[in-house]
Amino acid sequence: MISQFFILSSKGDPLIYKDFRGDSGGRDVAELFYRKLTGLPGDESPVVMHHDDRHFIHIRHSGLYLVATTSENISPFSLLELLSRLATLLGDYCGSLGEGTISRNVALVYELLDEVLDYGYVQTTSTEMLRNFIQTEAVVSKPFSLFDLSSVGLFGAETQQSKVAPSSAASRPVLSSRSDQSQKNEVFLDVVERLSVLIASNGSLLKVDVQGEIRLKSFLPSGSGEKSARLAQEMRIGLTEEFCVGKSELRGYGPGIRVDEVSFHSSVLLEEFESHRILRLQPPQGELTVMRYQLSDDLPSPLPFRLFPSVQWDRGSGRLQVYLKLRCDLPPKSQALNVRLHLPLPRGVISLSQELSGPEQKAELGDGALRWDLPRVQGGSQLSGLFQMDVPGLPGPPGQGPSTVAPPLGLGPASLSFELPRHTCSGLQVRFLRLAFRPCGNTNPHKWVRHLSHSDAYVIRI
Amino acid sequence: MPYLGSEDVVKELKKALCNPHVQADRLRYRNAIQRVIRMPKLDQWGQAEVLNFLLRYEPRSEEELFDILNLLDSFLKSSSPGVVMAATKLFLILAKKFPHVQTDVLVQVKGPLLAACSSESRELCFAALCHVRQILRSLPGHFSSHYKKFFCSYSEPHYIKLQKVEVLCELVNDENVQQVLEELRGYCTDVSADFAQAAIFAIGGIARTYTDQCVQILTELLGLRQEHITTVVVQTFRDLVWLCPQCTEAVCQALPGCEENIQDSEGKQALIWLLGVHGERIPNAPYVLEDFVENVKSETFPAVKMELLTALLRLFLSRPAECQDTLGRLLHYCVEEEKDMAVRDRGLFYYRLLLAGIDEVKRILCSPKSDPSLGLLEDPAERPVNSWASDFNTLVPVYGKARWASISKCQGAERRGPELPNTASFATAGPLIPDENKERAQELPDSGALMLVPNCQLTAECFEKTWFSLKVAHQQVCRWRGAVHPDTLQMALQVVNIQTIAMSRAGAHPWKAYLSAQDDTGCLFLTELLLESENAEMQISVKQSEPRTETLNSFISVLETVMGTIGDIKS
Repeated sequence: MISQFFILSSKGDPLIYKDFRGDSGGRDVAELFYRKLTGLPGDESPVVMHHDDRHFIHIRHSGLYLVATTSENISPFSLLELLSRLATLLGDYCGSLGEGTISRNVALVYELLDEVLDYGYVQTTSTEMLRNFIQTEAVVSKPFSLFDLSSVGLFGAETQQSKVAPSSAASRPVLSSRSDQSQKNEVFLDVVERLSVLIASNGSLLKVDVQGEIRLKSFLPSGSGEKSARLAQEMRIGLTEEFCVGKSELRGYGPGIRVDEVSFHSSVLLEEFESHRILRLQPPQGELTVMRYQLSDDLPSPLPFRLFPSVQWDRGSGRLQVYLKLRCDLPPKSQALNVRLHLPLPRGVISLSQELSGPEQKAELGDGALRWDLPRVQGGSQLSGLFQMDVPGLPGPPGQGPSTVAPPLGLGPASLSFELPRHTCSGLQVRFLRLAFRPCGNTNPHKWVRHLSHSDAYVIRI
Repeated sequence: MPYLGSEDVVKELKKALCNPHVQADRLRYRNAIQRVIRMPKLDQWGQAEVLNFLLRYEPRSEEELFDILNLLDSFLKSSSPGVVMAATKLFLILAKKFPHVQTDVLVQVKGPLLAACSSESRELCFAALCHVRQILRSLPGHFSSHYKKFFCSYSEPHYIKLQKVEVLCELVNDENVQQVLEELRGYCTDVSADFAQAAIFAIGGIARTYTDQCVQILTELLGLRQEHITTVVVQTFRDLVWLCPQCTEAVCQALPGCEENIQDSEGKQALIWLLGVHGERIPNAPYVLEDFVENVKSETFPAVKMELLTALLRLFLSRPAECQDTLGRLLHYCVEEEKDMAVRDRGLFYYRLLLAGIDEVKRILCSPKSDPSLGLLEDPAERPVNSWASDFNTLVPVYGKARWASISKCQGAERRGPELPNTASFATAGPLIPDENKERAQELPDSGALMLVPNCQLTAECFEKTWFSLKVAHQQVCRWRGAVHPDTLQMALQVVNIQTIAMSRAGAHPWKAYLSAQDDTGCLFLTELLLESENAEMQISVKQSEPRTETLNSFISVLETVMGTIGDIKS
């Protein structure tokens, strides 16, 4: 049970404040929270903090702090889940979550909070239920039009803005403009995978971990108030047929796509999953994680990147030369975007000279590390960079000669971050997305299916 | 906003669990619970809430217990971590007499927990890691095969990295020790000094079991000659030499040269201690200590000077020729010039000890050391699951046990705070409760035997029903003179959280009062006070909803204290 809920901007300005139980100190708790957060010693976690008899639990979401206070010893999992659900809900209703959208839609946010929580207890968080009670309409900064959509290039051409959703089309309020039906018939289905990899210095693979989820964002009209809802509106999502769960299952003729664990949202019907790998559900409006899966150690496709480093170190003159060769093992038609290599360097590096293989690349020193930016890497290509640095006064390991090829301590490991549009590392694809029923009779709903992988931690030891 | 499906369900369950009639009738009670469990349309919040309420239920038979567990099994596979954790807690508590069931549940929950540990939400990840640590303390091998999931990534925030390092340190075993150590070594050169130091301490922790490999890694780290690394490595060495004497030789070989890279007090103390205790094996030990003595005037930390005195005296015993001069100078400085009294006294003490003769010094300084296996630094013993089952899925593991204890302590003080004015305003009329008695009355609840809940509201009808359904558990008389002042008594009872249900007006004959109180386990204490007009004695009868002698006795002693003091004032 929650005593208070508030939202702070990244600078600590309170945007929303709501007291549910009237049992505690008033608005200044928001300020108190921010003071505690900024004054926290480095080794303590900020997730849960306490002051007097009050616990502050918060999440950070798109630069905002969503904070709940409670005086009870409640379940941290439920509360954190509630906070992130609230973040999704607010995102659904206001378009996207951010300082600007929240401050433009204060009335709507309060209305939502009133409905979601009563006296600190959760009533419901389903968009479906809530839409019957929410009257205020979201204020969007600029009206959304399909014209904007065409210029963005939906299918992963440019995904600089955000890691997850490659276009801004999905970031608009779910329930905006009740009157305007024609724009609402859209469904976005994203298959998003996060990849964490650890590669040893001899090139052998130590760890591969893929966390994937299928996210659905539906703008289809549905709801108890409208006639259309009574007709069962069903969506069928067909996954790759060779999709295997667990180590032992065998499907199809090829190696298949194997994941270790799968969990589904409770509203997903699984009758056809066993036989045809089809998920059935009645999509509620808003965002929903349909399926989550994990895969470790056993990747069907080759890793997207290989790094071949060679380090020359002349201890006498303090000269360190690092030659990095980066090979992209994606299929030739795919490409990786926003690739950034981060290489920690020994202390005291003063100068850097570089020879890069392409003009659009950039490398610089900062925070005791080398950063090499590659905006775009085509599948199958190979890139290289030669970096020379001066490291005065770096002592070598004892008992070795003046010149050595062994890398000095403090160098590495290198980590890569990147995005792979239209590519899933597990190989999972959505075969089809069918709606059993057309919501408005004449207009065919737009269905967008996107695949995306991005790096969580891609570490290569040197 | 109308109440939605899940809310009604929760209400129904609440009603069932709180209603004494339903509670008395086990069959009805059980039906209510089963109906609630089978409710299909609960959303995840409702489920978590229901599982939470069910903690209050105690199955009557083993059969019923497993019945319930079977019904709840599906909750363990829920996609919401909140529900899974609530179900796990319920399982752990219900099956407290079946360790194998508990282990099974913890195996089942491994998947969801690991998924939460690599979740995109940092906060969820942190909470999950804290719970993983909790489980590891009871089942050390539980996550060993998944050690790779706990490797840190560059972009993670500091607090998650620290938790992961702790987890790695706890799950290490013969098979993964190589990989884990290699990973930890990578962290030691991290840009963040705090994180690097945490990683080094973690290696030190692992070194208690896998000494040789760890000492080798730590020795290599010394080669970096970085201050923040060297100081922590030396501190780790000190603890290691104490706990695993077999590594002394390796440590002694690694030490020469470190002194150049240590600036902070902790590191200096560790180094000086090592030089003092194992100086006979380190060739240049006297000269390093001599350097410290040269600079002792500019030394800012008294603790370092203390350490230096002891170390030098120890070394003097094993290598007198090289140390005599230095020791003399140090003692002279400490006695004549030092301003810190503790250091000066220590200097004087050693000086006088030396006057007593070298054999005496040896006898005192080199007397048998305590057995390290009995030391405080030793690993805490494995804890049974039941010791933390009730803390699972609460804030306790997230804060950590030690911090939680300090939090709840100051919260306890806070909670008691508002009651004080009550007593204070009262005390102006005269010392109602003598001080020592008041302490006793307040201390009793703290003793753990009895904790009366404030604001236990019981209606008169409810009281009456319960009163007639119970037997008298205890009856006694206490001394009483004169008439009763109902207000005074009521307020005094309020102070110790005993509520007055009904009371005769002042001067009535016979005079009666009905009191109720509830302790933190929900056990009710109902009391009747009866004062016959001619007697100088108050008759007390107490009834208890659950027959437990120890709480009954402590309740009666609380009551006696109050009655005794009020009775005394009247005289």
